[in-house]
Amino acid sequence: MAQIQLNEIGKTYADGYEAVKAVSMDIADGEFMILVGPSGCGKSTLLRMVVGLEDITSGDLSIDGKRVNELAPRDRNLSMVFQNYALYPHLTVYENIAFPLRLTKGAISDDEIKRRVSEAADLLELNDHLERKPANLSGGQRQRVAMGRAIVRDADAFLFDEPLSNLDAKLRGQMRTEIARMQRRLGVTTIYVTHDQTEAMTLGDRVTVLKKGVVQQIASPRELYEQPVNLFVAGFIGSPPMNFLPARVQGNSLQLPFCEVSFGEEFAGKVAGKELVIVGLRPEFVKDSAIQEPTANAIHFEADVDVTEWLGNELYAYVPFEADASVQAKLDELDRDLDGEGMRTQMVVNLESRSRVREGERAKFFFDPMLMHVFDPETGENLTRDEDAAQRIASESEEDRKRALERAKRQEAEASA
Amino acid sequence: MDATPKQKWSLAAVSIPVMLWTLIPLFWIFSLAVKPQSIQADNKYFPREFSWENFQLITTGTASNLFNPALVNSIVVCLIATVISVVLATFCAYAIARLNFPGKKLILLVSLAVSFFPVISLVTPLFDLWRNIGLFDTIPGLVIPYLSLTLPLSIWVLSAFFQQIPWEMEQAAQVDGATSWQAFRRVIVPLAAPGVFTTALITFFTAWNDFVFAISLTSENARTVPAALAFFTGASQFEQPTGAISAAAVIVTIPVVILVLIFQKRIVAGLTSGAVKG
Repeated sequence: MAQIQLNEIGKTYADGYEAVKAVSMDIADGEFMILVGPSGCGKSTLLRMVVGLEDITSGDLSIDGKRVNELAPRDRNLSMVFQNYALYPHLTVYENIAFPLRLTKGAISDDEIKRRVSEAADLLELNDHLERKPANLSGGQRQRVAMGRAIVRDADAFLFDEPLSNLDAKLRGQMRTEIARMQRRLGVTTIYVTHDQTEAMTLGDRVTVLKKGVVQQIASPRELYEQPVNLFVAGFIGSPPMNFLPARVQGNSLQLPFCEVSFGEEFAGKVAGKELVIVGLRPEFVKDSAIQEPTANAIHFEADVDVTEWLGNELYAYVPFEADASVQAKLDELDRDLDGEGMRTQMVVNLESRSRVREGERAKFFFDPMLMHVFDPETGENLTRDEDAAQRIASESEEDRKRALERAKRQEAEASA
Repeated sequence: MDATPKQKWSLAAVSIPVMLWTLIPLFWIFSLAVKPQSIQADNKYFPREFSWENFQLITTGTASNLFNPALVNSIVVCLIATVISVVLATFCAYAIARLNFPGKKLILLVSLAVSFFPVISLVTPLFDLWRNIGLFDTIPGLVIPYLSLTLPLSIWVLSAFFQQIPWEMEQAAQVDGATSWQAFRRVIVPLAAPGVFTTALITFFTAWNDFVFAISLTSENARTVPAALAFFTGASQFEQPTGAISAAAVIVTIPVVILVLIFQKRIVAGLTSGAVKG
């Protein structure tokens, strides 16, 4: 059990490349923290600095209030699951899991090792495979062995470096819930690196979004989704991603490609002096007028649908639009930051599966303007972020987290009683 | 690798002549070793009569005082050279594979260059030096030159092996609580075992088969089998010691054959996996 504090942590490589820039965060005891971002954002480097495999160039790393910058990995008492599992191929599953205990040079008796390994094997359902070698295991089993090796020791925290990226989609889903269950049950502080936003959203108590070594936002998944601080976070979280539409400010209204949205006095101050803004609208907030009753303040528009994709439970409709050249540059840059391909400008709409919208046809849509985000095209800052709402979400999710932890502890106590 | 029948036949067509080419002289030695002295020069490839007389001659007979101590010397020298060479090469190759230090390339190049020197060019200065410092005709006096012969190749083979082992293995061990030494001994060395076996065998064979150093740097006390063979004499001055030499050659071939048979798979793995990623 441990609190991990990062204070202005920075990493500069010998060639002068700055991989991580002044990252600060407090990870509470028992919290599940996710580091997420596109490739090359420094998330793995940050994790490796925490575990001690990379030197920290600047800043302080403390575990339970004790500065550990200079400690060797073995003295930090953290355990880590590597992306390629890093199992020892010459040892059986049993010996792989027992490995950290064997290193203590007899401080732990053979009986104790046996007890702890079988406890971990029970938890991870590895009992049938203890005598096998890693080469003969499936991907999911190897993954579980790697986790077994991490939990067998009473480590202060678990660190995961993209642990599921080598698994196929179905297994990934299963292992994801497995990790969530295990973390709750053990109540151990966890830092988890991923580039997969589904993992980030489902696993994390809080998520740190990184871009080029700089923290963009540290918040609960709900806050990231509902109150992103900037264009990058808004575009990174959500699938399909948020649509970004150029909008011209004219008097008290925004001119979008398909429609016009008027706004009140309160908002006018924020866009004052700006000619162009970027409007963010999540695909799932746009509805099909033909099958759903519009809300009172809904904005209606008509548009030509280019392509549709029917997935059974939902229907994606793609609506192309022309973007203003000045905004286009900003959108292209954002797309590159998000590892995108710089494709055509189009709006994705996530409709109900019973929708009759078909490709090549003109369709009627509506959306609630309150759900819209407006971003400053220069700074990328979210002008519509509601700090009070964000605060509320943050405290709610902190409460949820504490309840879940207590519940897990209670169940553990009952189970052992 | 699955070969089509056509490929199999063409492989056989190439390898059978090669096998004959190498096996005919070997069998010839065996044939000479089992021929009794009387028909030694009968010019027949296959022996008409079998006898153990040559083997008796070198193990218990008149040549035994020459052969038996030489056999012991050979075994001692080769084992010592092998152990030292493997241990040194393992450490050195590990450093080369894992650490970035100035002059790393130079060390690798120099060690390769050393193995290009003709052995005979080393013998004369060594002979003088060894006599002056008292290493002449001693076991260390042979072990040291063998190390210089075998270390370069061992270092190259082993560092290729270490480079193949993913860094994560070691990092995982460190995070699991291992010291650098524990990570090396419990993870890296076992994983490099095929490479360690290969270098051990290469070293052993090089030392076992060496003639030039053995004949030049020893006289009585540390003479090994290849050198001792040169001092075999026939029963009279009109008799060639061919049979005795052949019998001794057969005896010293036996350990080599046994080692190769035991470690065949590992040697192949060792020699190929350094080059091919698998």
